[in-house]
Amino acid sequence: MNRHFANRMTPYLFMAPAAFIMAIALIYPLGYMMYGSLLDWNPSQSISEAEYVGLKNYVTLFYDPFFRKSFSVTLTFAFFVVVFEMAIGVGLALLLDRNIRGMSVLRTLFILPMMIAPVVVGLMWRYMYHPTVGIFNRTLDNLGLEKVDWLGQHALMSVIIADIWQWTPFIFILSLAALQSLPQSAIEAARIDGATGWQQIWFIKLPMMMPILIVTALLRLIDAFKVLEVILVMTEGGPGQSTEILAMRISRTASEFRELGVAAAMSNYLLLMLMILTLSMFAFTRLQERRSARLAAAIQEDE
Amino acid sequence: MSDKAHERQNPAFYALLVALIFMSVGPIALMFINSFKLDVDIIGGTGGLLFMPTIQNYETALCDILWYEPEHLRFCSLKFGGAFINSLIIALISTVLTLVIGCMAAYALVRFRFFGRDTASLTTLLVRMVPPAVLLVPVFGLWNNEFCLDRDGLIGGAIREAFGGRGDVCLAGTHSGIILIYVAMNLPFVIWILQSFIVQVPRSLEEAARVDGAGPFQVFFMVVLPLIKPGLAAAAIFTFRIAWNEYLLASALSDRDTRTVPILIVNNMSEFNVEWGVIMATGMLLAIPPIIFTLFASRQIITGMTAGAVKG
Repeated sequence: MNRHFANRMTPYLFMAPAAFIMAIALIYPLGYMMYGSLLDWNPSQSISEAEYVGLKNYVTLFYDPFFRKSFSVTLTFAFFVVVFEMAIGVGLALLLDRNIRGMSVLRTLFILPMMIAPVVVGLMWRYMYHPTVGIFNRTLDNLGLEKVDWLGQHALMSVIIADIWQWTPFIFILSLAALQSLPQSAIEAARIDGATGWQQIWFIKLPMMMPILIVTALLRLIDAFKVLEVILVMTEGGPGQSTEILAMRISRTASEFRELGVAAAMSNYLLLMLMILTLSMFAFTRLQERRSARLAAAIQEDE
Repeated sequence: MSDKAHERQNPAFYALLVALIFMSVGPIALMFINSFKLDVDIIGGTGGLLFMPTIQNYETALCDILWYEPEHLRFCSLKFGGAFINSLIIALISTVLTLVIGCMAAYALVRFRFFGRDTASLTTLLVRMVPPAVLLVPVFGLWNNEFCLDRDGLIGGAIREAFGGRGDVCLAGTHSGIILIYVAMNLPFVIWILQSFIVQVPRSLEEAARVDGAGPFQVFFMVVLPLIKPGLAAAAIFTFRIAWNEYLLASALSDRDTRTVPILIVNNMSEFNVEWGVIMATGMLLAIPPIIFTLFASRQIITGMTAGAVKG
């Protein structure tokens, strides 16, 4: 009896510390934020002193041109980052999927950019983009070309380039892993049938990699909304609002404008968008699993 | 793969490889070189590699923990050493805690069928995508107000007696406050990654141990943990990386004595006229631990990354 009871309690004992920590430091804060977003709340007040204003913060934000601008900057950034990184990353994976010496060294060097701190990445690029000291303008100058105002007029582009530098390896490594786990027989069969390299890529490899590629792209998209430090160090959101992504707007609203309620409502908008993305990723993998299970069943019936 | 002879490739292919390596490592190398240059050399920009390397920038950065006084400094303004120690304490403790708590939870989720399991697993998956910026407002509010021990209360009073301080004892501004949010933030990811490793442990091994009379905790610590070492290594590196690199939440929660390195770097960037040499040196010091990890454990990192992503 006692032993039986102990066995039944085991999973709860194993789960307890994680559940406790996540409850007080993730779930409770999120609930606190949902409630806080309904208040007119500034940092000097405790939450019980703040005035209840209903959905006012959400409505104000919806018509706020600064918030809209920031939202569209975020979407632009995420869109271009994911498109370019997918194109370059998958392209490189297809190109480098060969049996060559030193592949592991190459992969090690490739993951360096995403392991070092975003703050440091921002700092590096801020230096390289510097109008007079930076290496890009210096090179352009030496070549006799006109200098580019990297972090001024083209700030958003420059920020996107820095992110591409940092995160393309992520896509590259995941798609290389996907590529190397493809069944060799299909590719072999296509080769025997006389498919050219391009045809193999286009009709065999890419379609077979597609499920993993979609999950990778969604993962990267979700992460693209989390980027903050790189941009903060490079441009501080400027010039104007041209690189002010949502995460930065939230932190400015909270600390500079001292409107915690509005910042909380903004966080909720961001969270909502990410939730949709996560759920669609989840639904997609489920769908994929079900489809492959059905295919497998159909094949077995045929035999 | 290794017994097959390496194929010969077109020279253009090798040129491409070299270009790629140059692009990915170039910026880091540039920062490394510049951290050994004087500001005059960086701004003058003559010669590229022709300069006298100097460790002056590192001396400036680390002046508060050096055992001698660097000659070129009149006054030690940059408290980098202290921040470095703060970062180490916070990153190491939160990594260890996350791993221990995370692998226990992952084991329970994989091996047991219990009431609430599906809810727990779905919640873990969903909170994984919460960005630090979203946690900023609630964490700032909670850590400063709700998660405080009343100064007149029993425990709060005891802590205040022991460590001093005027007001209530709050989580904000302490190491443990930052550690708590890092552990919580990393847990979902660690649980997710470790699940895919624990699934691969053969059940028969655990059952054999059970038959020999081991309790559930013994089975977990003596049988399962040793078998998932690669997974633990990968999870540890990812957790450490986030705790070591994070800026936003640390900047909201820390005070003068608990500042971490990223905060110091960002403050120095915006406050002063940028001293490139010193900034590069501090950046390099912040980048060194992750670089060392990458060079020694790239295999684990790649395994962890693919396990985390592909097995969605």
